[in-house]
Amino acid sequence: MHSFLSRSNTIFAFTLSVLAALTFGCFLSTFFDANQADVILRSGKAQVKSVREMGSSGERSDLGYLTLDMKTNMNRIFNWNVKQLFLYLVAEYKTDKNPINQVVLWDRIILRGENANIDLNDISPKYYFVDDGQGLKGNDNVTLTLYWNVIPNAGILPHIGGHGQHKIRFPDEYAPSTRG
Amino acid sequence: MGLLELSCLDEVRRMDKRQLYYQFLNFAMIVSSALMIWKGLMVVTGSESPIVVVLSGSMEPAFHRGDLLFLTHDRSEPITVGEIVVFKVEGRDIPIVHRVIKLHGNEKGAHFLTKGDNNLVDDRGLYAPGQMWLTEKDVVGRARGFLPYVGMVTILMNDYPKLKYIVLATLGIFVLIHREN
Repeated sequence: MHSFLSRSNTIFAFTLSVLAALTFGCFLSTFFDANQADVILRSGKAQVKSVREMGSSGERSDLGYLTLDMKTNMNRIFNWNVKQLFLYLVAEYKTDKNPINQVVLWDRIILRGENANIDLNDISPKYYFVDDGQGLKGNDNVTLTLYWNVIPNAGILPHIGGHGQHKIRFPDEYAPSTRG
Repeated sequence: MGLLELSCLDEVRRMDKRQLYYQFLNFAMIVSSALMIWKGLMVVTGSESPIVVVLSGSMEPAFHRGDLLFLTHDRSEPITVGEIVVFKVEGRDIPIVHRVIKLHGNEKGAHFLTKGDNNLVDDRGLYAPGQMWLTEKDVVGRARGFLPYVGMVTILMNDYPKLKYIVLATLGIFVLIHREN
């Protein structure tokens, strides 16, 4: 009963049980959090160009240009069970070809401890805003929403959409190409 | 160590045929319970792989090698952008855990593009030659839950297969020899 092996076995089993209970408690304590925040989104200078995507069958696609303003404070979402927030800005719109389109224009990782105050002005999207087709020209209902994915220390991975969407409108004509 | 072996085997020697059958039955119960739990999880989550271990660092700093992910695959709920999906490229067996960054489609089906958070480029280089998009049939599941570090055991056992056999053999022998008093 008191051999070295049985003692170390008991200690090991107890350690694992305590760790499991703590992890479960960590998960449960933040399970019902709303993780919501208000976001102020603005945009400027929306333009469309027609490009040929490499690798495709040579069809032309619409490429959207715009500048973005973003202001939000994520500090109150961080707690002991949030390891990281993955923020991503999504443009959602309908086209004739595809009723559902969701494109990530910009993303950022905020780790726990970093400054979670976002105040960006006049930035360009991080990723090309290319449509699967030519549905951006003249599209007057492209909705921008800031979402974030809460990465916990242990638990569920929710995706939350921020309060405060922004609608942009692309012009009916293509912007003049810089090349001939 | 020698004394220990003798004291364990003492119990075995004291067992009659009925006891020995009982020990084997105990062992079989443990194995089939584990199998039932695993298959049950597969049914409840709808995913063929309800628990996966993160194998690469392409999703750091969110997921590191050795972390555990819980997947569900509710086919009635459409995949949305930003979700972390686990997919298999046709012809390859390794599941990849990346995030959906572009999605186009309708209620019947969608095609989408993925990218690892820690990668600079999207996954088109990982797809099959000529494949530009993923579809629902490539998806194994969506990451819904996360547990850090626990999957390291699986990675160690895969990198050192001898370790896997030693652990399994030791556990098996222990269950067969040990008798609940």
